Amino acid sequence: MTASLPEVEQTEVELESRPTRIPGLAALRATSGFQRGMLVAGALIMLFFVVLAVFAPAIAPYGFDADSAKGINFQTLQAPSAKHWFGTTVGGEDVLSRVVFGSRTALEVIVLAVLFSIVVGVPAGLISGYRGGWLDRVLVLVTDALFAFPPLLLAIIIDITIAGGSSSASGGILAAAIAITVVYVPQYFRVVRNATVAAREEPYVEAARALGAPPRTVMIRYIFGNVVQTVPVIATLNAGDAILTLAGLGFLGFGIEPSSAAEWGYDLNKALSDTAAGIWWTGTFPGIAIALIVVGVTLVGESLNDVLNPLLRTTKLTPVVLPPREDES
Amino acid sequence: MATTTASGSLRTYLVTRLVLVIPMVWVLITLVFFVMRVIGDPISAALGGRLPPDQIAIRKHNAGLDRPILSQYWDYLTGVVHGDFGTALTDNQRISHVLWVKGAATLELSFWALLVALIIGIPLGRLAARYRDRLPDVGLRLFAVLAYAMPVFFLGLLLKLLFAIKLGWLPASGRASTNVELAIQNVSPKTNIYIIDAILYGDTSYVVDVLKHAVLPAVALGLLVGGGFLRLVRVNLLQTLRADYVEAARARGVPERRVVRAHAFRNALIPVVTVMGLQIAALLGGAVLTEETFEWQGIGYTLAQYLVARDFIAVQGIVTAIAVIVAIFSFLIDVVAAVVDPRVRY
Repeated sequence: MTASLPEVEQTEVELESRPTRIPGLAALRATSGFQRGMLVAGALIMLFFVVLAVFAPAIAPYGFDADSAKGINFQTLQAPSAKHWFGTTVGGEDVLSRVVFGSRTALEVIVLAVLFSIVVGVPAGLISGYRGGWLDRVLVLVTDALFAFPPLLLAIIIDITIAGGSSSASGGILAAAIAITVVYVPQYFRVVRNATVAAREEPYVEAARALGAPPRTVMIRYIFGNVVQTVPVIATLNAGDAILTLAGLGFLGFGIEPSSAAEWGYDLNKALSDTAAGIWWTGTFPGIAIALIVVGVTLVGESLNDVLNPLLRTTKLTPVVLPPREDES
Repeated sequence: MATTTASGSLRTYLVTRLVLVIPMVWVLITLVFFVMRVIGDPISAALGGRLPPDQIAIRKHNAGLDRPILSQYWDYLTGVVHGDFGTALTDNQRISHVLWVKGAATLELSFWALLVALIIGIPLGRLAARYRDRLPDVGLRLFAVLAYAMPVFFLGLLLKLLFAIKLGWLPASGRASTNVELAIQNVSPKTNIYIIDAILYGDTSYVVDVLKHAVLPAVALGLLVGGGFLRLVRVNLLQTLRADYVEAARARGVPERRVVRAHAFRNALIPVVTVMGLQIAALLGGAVLTEETFEWQGIGYTLAQYLVARDFIAVQGIVTAIAVIVAIFSFLIDVVAAVVDPRVRY
């Protein structure tokens, strides 16, 4: 590698360039080949569902609980046709419309859950890791216990508690979001806490302390920036899990009341009894929607993890441009 | 473990680990108990509107629900220690009895699913690591992502549609045909694990019937867990393949096939055993949904029914029991990992 490289500008040493403020962009630059393809594909899938969710009323041909249009009732359990691309359900609702509106429900719950998890998990991890002592021990014990619990069962318990045993129409999305937050907050907490414990002993933190910075300042100004870097990775990896948990809740008849919003898991539960008659469209389309969105989120999360996790990172060799040989020119 | 100090450290590790399990289980039981009490008393939740208020008051008194919460908590805690998880409100079944009977079904399903997961996950993970970033790896990684992303109930539904309804090869739901189920009820040492009961009954066609019923649920749940195994084996094998001793083997001219098989593979499996402890939670969570999909009458199916009936005493008991089971299993797996890998023992 000590060969003379006349045009250094041509070699791409982007890994050493200062990290960009936009995390996605830096990650995209650090990837190559198959990895980049996965990241881009995942991002596109996510974008597709975001568009679907935001413009659901414009995209969906009918309302999510409409069983008629222009005064004419839809026929129930219709196979896919030009009028109903994805067919109709046993209640006469348009499956396509329910799938489209379902993306809105999923997105609302996931965005809320990730937001709550960060707002609760990151500060808790910082304080617990920095202060240590009995607070740290108790929090670690509780999160360890939560961690060992099957996520779905924990979500059920929390959802029952918040929704008061009878899922109200208004609180459905909020209750589901909080339930999912409780399930996934331990992971944010643990990562931030462990990073904080490691960072606490670093010379720069000690220097800050020696200069008389109060704990608050040390945590916010000095440690925070260095421990939150893995949070986007956890958030994306957990978002996929969270969507599956939400769908599981709906499938077991918990989560969101069917009259207040369309939810894919609930639709799949209803579709279960249709299968015996060979009716495939009521379950297949919401199922594909769940699988597709989770694939999208996972592809992004895995790629970010591969790029940002030094244990998995493959060293990307700097392409070396050799000077043209004398006899060829 | 040739020397006494090594076995001594193993014992220390096991004791430490056991001491850590107890507060964890206690925290879980406590959390579930108090969280479930926040919503008010379970009897009104289950029977409110169906019984007159004075009837509910009597029932509450009989169940001890009008006593101070701390004394109820103490009773519940001592009950759990003695294996008593309460009595369901809706059908007056003892939860410990329900667990005993339905637990066998869940155990059977989990066993088949684990078998499928191991058969799929370990060889394919090895294949993916061996051909890193080449076509088999790309394909298998996409498969693993899909296996993870697919909700187990959706996969189950598709399997049912294709193999049970359209092709008619396999039964769509249940653990056995009705006549088989009735016949094997009378087997003398009844285990409730149908495959064992069917073998004890001694009719080959019954065994086949039970196996046929198990195929679709086991594949659905097994693919879910197997995708996770695949990724675990792949990542661990990749890390091992980068180790110095593996490099040394390569330098000695050992062919790559043999490097993977004889040098790296076994060592790569050790961390997998450790992480399998975490997979138990996923397996049981997935079992709840799989059982609901295939009407497999195990703990998960029963739990879903109690949930619909709003019988929160039963829900609390079953969830607590599952938490205890998960804690015990992850402890056992850690023990196995400690025996297999001396590095685990601190």
